[in-house]
Amino acid sequence: MSSQVAREPYVLVADKGLDAGVARLTDEKIAKVIGAVLEAEGGARLKAYVDTCAHCGLCSEACHFFHSHDRDPRYSPVGKVKQTMWEILDKGGNVSPEFIGRAARVAYTECNLCKRCAMYCPFGIDIAYVIGLMRRICHKLGVTPQYIQDTAHSHSATMNQMWVKEDEWIDSLMWQEAEARDEVPDLRIPLEKHGAEIMYSVIGPEPKFRTQLIYQAAVIMHAAGVDWTMPATPGWDNSDMAMYSGDYEIMGRLKRAHFETAQRLGVKRIVMGECGHAFRSVHDVGNRWLGWKGEPVPVVHAVQFYHELLSSGKIKIKDKFGEAVTFHDPCNIVRGMGLHEMGREVTRALCTELVEMTPNREHNYCCSAGGGVINCGPPFRNTRVLGNKIKAEQLAATGVKTVIAPCHNCHGGLEDIIHHYKLDMKIKFLGDVIYECMEKPWAEA
Amino acid sequence: MNALYQFVSGPLVWVSFALFIGGSAWRLYSMAVLARKKDVYVYEYFSLPHALRSMLHWIVPFMNESSKKNPALTIVAFVFHLFLLIAPLFVIGHVAMLDKAFGISWATLPDGAADAMSFIVVGACVFFVVRRLTVPEVAYVTSASDYAIVGLAAAPFITGILAYHQIGGAQLMTILHILSGEAMLVAIPFSRLSHMIYAPLTRAYIGSEFGAVRHARDW
Repeated sequence: MSSQVAREPYVLVADKGLDAGVARLTDEKIAKVIGAVLEAEGGARLKAYVDTCAHCGLCSEACHFFHSHDRDPRYSPVGKVKQTMWEILDKGGNVSPEFIGRAARVAYTECNLCKRCAMYCPFGIDIAYVIGLMRRICHKLGVTPQYIQDTAHSHSATMNQMWVKEDEWIDSLMWQEAEARDEVPDLRIPLEKHGAEIMYSVIGPEPKFRTQLIYQAAVIMHAAGVDWTMPATPGWDNSDMAMYSGDYEIMGRLKRAHFETAQRLGVKRIVMGECGHAFRSVHDVGNRWLGWKGEPVPVVHAVQFYHELLSSGKIKIKDKFGEAVTFHDPCNIVRGMGLHEMGREVTRALCTELVEMTPNREHNYCCSAGGGVINCGPPFRNTRVLGNKIKAEQLAATGVKTVIAPCHNCHGGLEDIIHHYKLDMKIKFLGDVIYECMEKPWAEA
Repeated sequence: MNALYQFVSGPLVWVSFALFIGGSAWRLYSMAVLARKKDVYVYEYFSLPHALRSMLHWIVPFMNESSKKNPALTIVAFVFHLFLLIAPLFVIGHVAMLDKAFGISWATLPDGAADAMSFIVVGACVFFVVRRLTVPEVAYVTSASDYAIVGLAAAPFITGILAYHQIGGAQLMTILHILSGEAMLVAIPFSRLSHMIYAPLTRAYIGSEFGAVRHARDW
C-alpha cells in the first residue's frame, strides 16, 4: 500500500526447531493437518471472530509489540492474524512450508497471548485465542521453537518443566529445609502430609534455580503457622509450557496430575507460588481442556494467599520496605483473575510508597516474556526485548528503583528489558519483600 | 421501467426480507448448534449481568478505553450506526409504503432530517474509506471486501439522496435505491455485515468470560 510507511524487512530468526520442522513439511501434510485441527477444534468462536472482525485496526492500540516497533502494522494484533489464520482460512489450508515457518514465528514469538487486545476490540474478539489456535496447528505440524519444545518434552517425561527428577525434587526440598533450619531451628518443609489444609505447588524453575523462593515460602508458612505440605511425587509442578506450545494433550495430563496429587493428599486447597501462566493453566485453559468448568480443588494464587496472611494478622510486618516501588500487573492474574487491587493492597502493606505505572491494572503492558515467548529461548531474546521498548519507557517513567512483579515470567522479561535499556532497577517478588520485612519471632528470642 | 419498478418494489422486497430474516435466523441457529458441539464453555460461562455490563460499556461512546483513544472514529462510528438504523425506519417514504401496504405506521422524521442523516451516513462512509487508505495499521488489513461492505452500506443512502433531490432521474434512482437497500439487507447474514448479528454474541461471550471467570473489566 502506498500509504504504508517504509519498514525494515522482516528478518526470519533462525531456530533449530522451527527450521527443522519446516524442512519436514509437505504441502499435503500441511493441508491435512490444518484440515484436521480446524475440523476438530475450530468451532463457533473462530467462525464468529472471523466473520465479525471489521478489520478496523482498533486492536493495534493494545499491543506492546506494535508500539515498540513504531506502530508497524505487522505487529498489530489483527496484523498478526492476517499473517497467520486469515491466510490459512482464505486458502483453505493450502499454504506453503515457508508460510508456516513465518506464521509460527509470529504466533510463538511476537504475541504474548496477553489478551490486552480483547479489551480494545469493539466486538470483544479474543485474538489470543486465534493465535493460540495457530500455535496448535504449528504443534500438530511439528513446527515449534526448539527451547519451548524441549520444555514440553520435559513436561511429558517428568511432569515438570525442567527435567527435575523425583529424587532431585525431594532432595531440593530437604536441602532448603536444612538451610532454613540454620535461621529457624524448628522449621519443616512437610512432605506428603495427608490431610494438610494446603498443598503448596511451585513451578519447575523454583527447585532448579530459584530455590530461595522455596526457602522463603517455608519461612512464611512457618511464621504464619500454616498447616501445609508439598508432594513428594510428580504433580508438584503447576507450570505448563505445553499449553503455550499448543500441545493440549500434555497440558491435560499435567493439570490432571497436579489436581490428582492434591486430591491424593486430601488437602482442602492448593496454594501456588508467584506464577502467572500456571494460574492461567489451572484456572482457565487446562481445566477447560479437561472439561472442568472450574478447578476440582480450589487454587489460590500467592497474591491472594499473602493478602489473607497479612489481613488476618498471621504475618506481621516489622519494618516496611523503605524505598518507593512500582507494581507490575502480570496479565495472567490481572486480566486473568482481577488480582490487581489485591496485589496493590499487599504491596502497600509491605512498602512505604507505591508509584503507579500508567496504564495499569487491566490495561497494563505485558512483560513480553509471557505466553511462552521467553521459553522460546535465546534465539528470540531480541524479539521480545525490542518488542517491548514501551514497557521499559513505562518503568523508567516511574523514577523508582524497585519493581515488584508477582510472576516468574514477568521477572525474566522485565530483567532483560531493564538490562537492555540500561535502567537502574531491580525486581522483586512479593515473597521477597515479605520475607525481608516480616516479623520473625525466632530472631528476637 | 414501470415493470422493473413493480418487480423491485414488490416481489423482490419479499425475497430480500425473507433472505435477511431467514438467513439471519439460520446463521444464529447454526452458530448456536456449532457452539454447543465444539465450544460448550460458551454456554457454561455465560453470565447475563456480565454480558450486559460489557455491552453497556461498549455501546455508550467513551465508556471504554479504546473509544477514548480514538475520539473521532468513536463519534463517526456511533452516529453512523445510529443513523443507519433510524433513518430507514422513520423516513416518511418507507412508513407511508408500509401504511399503504399493511395499514401500519408510526412516527416519521421530517424530510429535512432524514436527508441530513443520509448525508451524514454517506459522509461517515467516506471517513471510513479515507481511514482505510491513510492509517497504516488499517490499510495493512484492508482488502477489497472491506470497501465492498462500505459500498453496500452507503449505496442505499446515496441513491436515496439522489432520488429525493431528483437527480439522475427520479424513477431510476428510486429503483436503484430499492435495489441497493435490498442488496444490503441480503448481505447482512451472508457477508461481514453479519457483525450486526454476531457482535452481540461475541461481546456477550467476552463480557461473561472476563466478568465471571477472570473477574476483570473488559473495557
